[in-house]
Parts: sequence; structure tokens; C-alpha cells
Amino acid sequence: MTNSIITPELVDLDLDAADRRSATRELALRLVKQGRVTELDGFLADVRKREEQMPTGIEGGIGIPHARSAFVTQPTLAFARSEAGVDFGAPDGPAHLIFLIAAPDGGDSEHMTILAALARRLVHASFREALAAAPDAKAVVDVVTKEVLGQ
Amino acid sequence: MKLVAVTSCPTGIAHTYMAAESLEQAAKAAGHTITVETQGAGGADPVPADVIAAADAVIFAADVEVRGRERFIGKALVTAPVKRAINAGPELIEEAVHAAEAGSPEAAATPAAAPHSATARPAGAHRDVLAGLTTKVDKDAHFGTRLRQWLMTGVSYMIPFVAAGGILIAISFIWGGPQVASKVFGGTFHGHTYHPVITGIESFDVSAVLHAAGYAGLLFLIGKVAFFMLVPVLSGFIAYAMADRMGLVPGFVAGLIATATGAGFLGGLIGGLLAGTAVLAVKRVRVPRAFAGIMPVVVIPLLSTAFVGVIMAVVVARPVAAATTAMTNWLHGLSGANAAVLGLLLGAMMAFDLGGPVNKVAYTFGLAGLASGNTKVMAAVMVAGMTPPIALALACVVRKRLFTPAERTAGEAAWLLGLSFITEGAIPFAAADPLRVIPSMMAGSAAAGALSMAFGVTSLAPHGGIWVIGLIGRPLLYLVAIAAGVVVSAVCVIVLKSLRRTEPAEPTGTRADATNATSEPVAVGA
Repeated sequence: MTNSIITPELVDLDLDAADRRSATRELALRLVKQGRVTELDGFLADVRKREEQMPTGIEGGIGIPHARSAFVTQPTLAFARSEAGVDFGAPDGPAHLIFLIAAPDGGDSEHMTILAALARRLVHASFREALAAAPDAKAVVDVVTKEVLGQ
Repeated sequence: MKLVAVTSCPTGIAHTYMAAESLEQAAKAAGHTITVETQGAGGADPVPADVIAAADAVIFAADVEVRGRERFIGKALVTAPVKRAINAGPELIEEAVHAAEAGSPEAAATPAAAPHSATARPAGAHRDVLAGLTTKVDKDAHFGTRLRQWLMTGVSYMIPFVAAGGILIAISFIWGGPQVASKVFGGTFHGHTYHPVITGIESFDVSAVLHAAGYAGLLFLIGKVAFFMLVPVLSGFIAYAMADRMGLVPGFVAGLIATATGAGFLGGLIGGLLAGTAVLAVKRVRVPRAFAGIMPVVVIPLLSTAFVGVIMAVVVARPVAAATTAMTNWLHGLSGANAAVLGLLLGAMMAFDLGGPVNKVAYTFGLAGLASGNTKVMAAVMVAGMTPPIALALACVVRKRLFTPAERTAGEAAWLLGLSFITEGAIPFAAADPLRVIPSMMAGSAAAGALSMAFGVTSLAPHGGIWVIGLIGRPLLYLVAIAAGVVVSAVCVIVLKSLRRTEPAEPTGTRADATNATSEPVAVGA
């Protein structure tokens, strides 16, 4: 179970954050608590660096802050829903679904394949809708596992 | 419609794949097929060359430089930020279809895929063929083909080094006189003995060089440094063609060992192939998860470099160095009839396939000569490569009725192509009538090559034809060799074509080929 890219502890169905920095921080704290990120500030700096290159918000209310970072121990997805929305720089408004993707630096291709499959699912409306409608954290994990890993 | 796309983003874990998925969905919805190459952190799985060849248009949805973009040269192209592919996939697909239909500024289909587009812009099609020869590695091809593609990849990365280094050295000679080399490295020139200012390019004192030989001496030295890189670059990029980025480290190291031990070019070739093989072998080993992350950064370069380095130093270096020395001495010692025979052979090879693999072998031999200080072979190869297009251009003028209108158009362009040492200018003629054209061209090129060697013409430049005549030793005899070759080829082709009874018809494929020649191919080789 601990090997999967997402666990219920990494899901926040009611995120309360004013901006993308605090939203990312909230989710990153969960990564730290699960031992998937070794150093909060170092990891956040890496995410911020990526975010500054080009905002990661995409149309349809999605934000995908992400980074490859030396402080990440295994490829991980943390997910949050935000009723109010958090601005991730998308042209059509704030993000209601936020995916924090953490990849270890120099990760091997098997792990990268999982993250690639995840990224590919993100553009499917059905995937987003299933996540938006998931009743609890366990359901979110099930949706991701089923869609991304085909299990 | 058939499309290909490349997606990439700075981190390579999210947008790259989202864009790929979005484009695939949009293409499918619109009834097109698309093949997407995701250049992400997981490494890219390159689009096969034949898929690129068959594609009508290319989409680059990339926020970072597209790797290997020369593979797509000549295709109708749409570029966009990666996010646009995610947010507006269908729009981008529509634009690509539009570009394919209109023929974007850079656009053209390959002749095979779309014969009807001959009137559009075949310029790129020709370039496409050239680019394919030098960098494409087709994973499904036979071993022999792949071997050639690996070697040609190395050679094509090396050529700019030869050009830069060779021309810098030539300029330094023109500027500072031929004694520049002796002033820098020491030696006797015309009875005057110079003390060496430096002993090698690994470490030198700039002010001492400037004092002894001025800025001409410095340019000479910079040119030498570029030359020093030849074998490592060759070897490194052979390994790169075989094993991707991880091949670079063992490849470069093997090339440097080849240079240091005197194994030279041949050693570099072997080193590059060894390095590529070693990386491919190490990659196959299954490792525990914990090590997987450091495989590409530490383990594979370490093991492959250690292995290749030891093999190079202990097994390969000595015999190859001996063979290289023997060959260099042989080339230097060649004179009179023997030299002419070598010129004859290289000349015939240059014209045998007019830019194909045999031509490249001869050309590479010229480059190798240039790098080891033998400038005669380079000159012979150059005159032999210039002869065919000029001869055909001349034949078109002298005996118009023997050529189709399309060939005559190609003939007008062939003057310039020939003078620029772009042998490919003869291809339209050879394609239309190979049995008469190719033997005629080989005869003239062989004559030109033989004469050039016999005359002792030298060239310090690896490319450029008539435009680098300032870097040619014995320029008048250089022109004589070219003229003689042109006359031989032109007479042969006129005689052979006159023997044919039937009137020249216009074969359907010729027009496309002929207009190709009016384009401006990139000068990557002869």
C-alpha cells in the first residue's frame, strides 16, 4: 500500500487556502508527514521554481503544482479539492482540483511511467468529474488507482 | 491525415504527457491519426523515421528545446506552448491540418508520400533526405544500415569541428605565413629554427603565444584545439547514436584515449562503437529498486567508462595506433602514380552514389586526412565531388535536346551546386537515367581526383568548393583538375545519351527530382 502513488492520507477534500503558495504548502505538509518528502522548505522551493517558470493552472479549474526534487523519496500525488478555488494562473479562473505531483530527482523510468499515466488521465473530463464527485478520501484513491494503474 | 507531434516541458513529468494525451484525443475525435513523442523525464521514445516520413504535418508543443528537431525538417510545422496543446488540443490539430494543406513556409511533403506536391515546395523534401542521411538512426533497420547510421551520426557532428578548426588554421597561415605552426610548436622552417612556445594544447601561456606568433598564432592554436576535439566528438556521438545520452561519457572518454594514444580516427570509431555497446549492455542488467535512481547518473557511466577505457587502453590502442601511423605514413609517402591511383579510387567513389553512403565513405576519408595533416586527399575528394553537377550543367547547355525540360531546369541550378561542392546536384539526372549518368560521372570524378592528387593540390577546408579557393594550395591546378573532370564527364554523358535512339520523354517522377535540385540543400557533407 505504501508503494502506491497516493494514499487517503494524501487527500484533502476541503482545502482552505488563500493562494497557491499556501495550498501547495498544505499538501506538501501531508507529504512530509507520510515520509515522502524529507525537507519541506527545500521541496517547496523546487515547486516554486517550477511554478515561476510558467503557472501550472490549466483550463477547467485544475492546478498542478509539481517538481522533481532531491527531497522526494518516491513519486507521489497529493490531491485537494477547494470549494472557493485557488488561483494557479489558468486563464479561465481559479483551480478547484489541485494535484501536487512530487517526483524524485533522477527517478527511474518505471516511476516516471506512472506519473506520465497520471498526467495523461488529468486531461480527461471523466477523470476530473469522478474526482470532483468522490465522497471521501478513500474514493479518491480508488479513482486514481483504477484510472492510472488500471487496477 | 497523418500527424506527428513532440511534447515537452521544463520538468517533464506533467505537462508533457497531458499535452500528448490532449493531442491524441483531439486528433482521434477529428478522424486523424497522430503519433506523439513525449520528451519527458522518463526519456523519449522517438517517433520512427518512417512515421515521420509519412506524416503530413508536425506539431511541436514544447516549452523547452525539441530534441532532434532536424528529424522533422521540411515538414509542415505548427509550434505552440505546451499549455496550448492541453487547453486547446482540437484547435492545434486543426491548425496542423491547415498547415499541411496550405504548405506552411517551411513545408513540403516527401516526394514518396505526396508526388502531387511537387509544385508546392519541394525544397524541404530534399533537405529531408539529407538530414536523414546524417542523423537518422532507424531502430528496425538491418545491422549494416544501423552501423552506417551510427557512424554517420558521429561524422555529421564532427564536420563542423573540422570546418571551424580547418578554416581557422588556414586563416592563420594566410595571415601569419606558413611558419606560424613552427613559431608556436617549435621546429625548423626555411632554415630558421624556432623554439617551441608550448608543448601541447592541454596547457598554454597565451601571452607567450602572442609574443612569439601574434594573433595569427593564437588563431592557429584555437584551430588546433578544435581539431583536438574531432576524435572525441566522433566517438562520443557514435555512442550517442547507439545508446542515447548515456553513451556520451564513455564515448568521449574513449575518443580522448584514442587521441592520446595515437589511435586516431580508427581508434575513435572503435571506441565509439564499444562505448555504445557497453552502455546498452549495462542498461540490460536488472538492478534493485534502490539503485534504479542512480543508474543513469552514476552507475551506467561509471561501469561503461571503466570498461571501455580499459579495453581501449590495453587492447585497442596499440595495434590501431600502429595501423594509423602506417596509413598516415603511406598517405604522406604517396606520390606520382600511387597518389593518382588513390585519387582515382576516391573520385570514383564520390560519384558512385552522388551523396550516398559510398560518397560519404570517401568524404570521411578526406576529413580523416585533413585531421591528420594530409590536405591532398581532401582536395582530391573535393574536386571529385564538384565535378558531376558542373559536368551535367555543361552537358545541358551543349546538347539541349538530350535532356528533358525538367532536367534542363535542374541543369541551371547544378552550376551553383557543383561549384559549391554539393554533389547531390547531380541526383535528378542520375535518378532519371542512372545507367548512362552514373558511369559518366564516375569517369570524370575519377579523372579529377587522380589529377588533383598527381598535381599535389591541397585543401585546408573540408567543404566549400570554389568559395574556399583561398584555402587551396596550387589553386590553378585545382581549377585544371575540376575542368578536366567536367570535360570527361560531360563528353561521356553526351556520347552515352546520343547512342540512345528514342526521344527523351518526360517521366512522371522527374519533375519533382529536378526541382529538388533548385533548392538550397544544407551543406552537410559532399
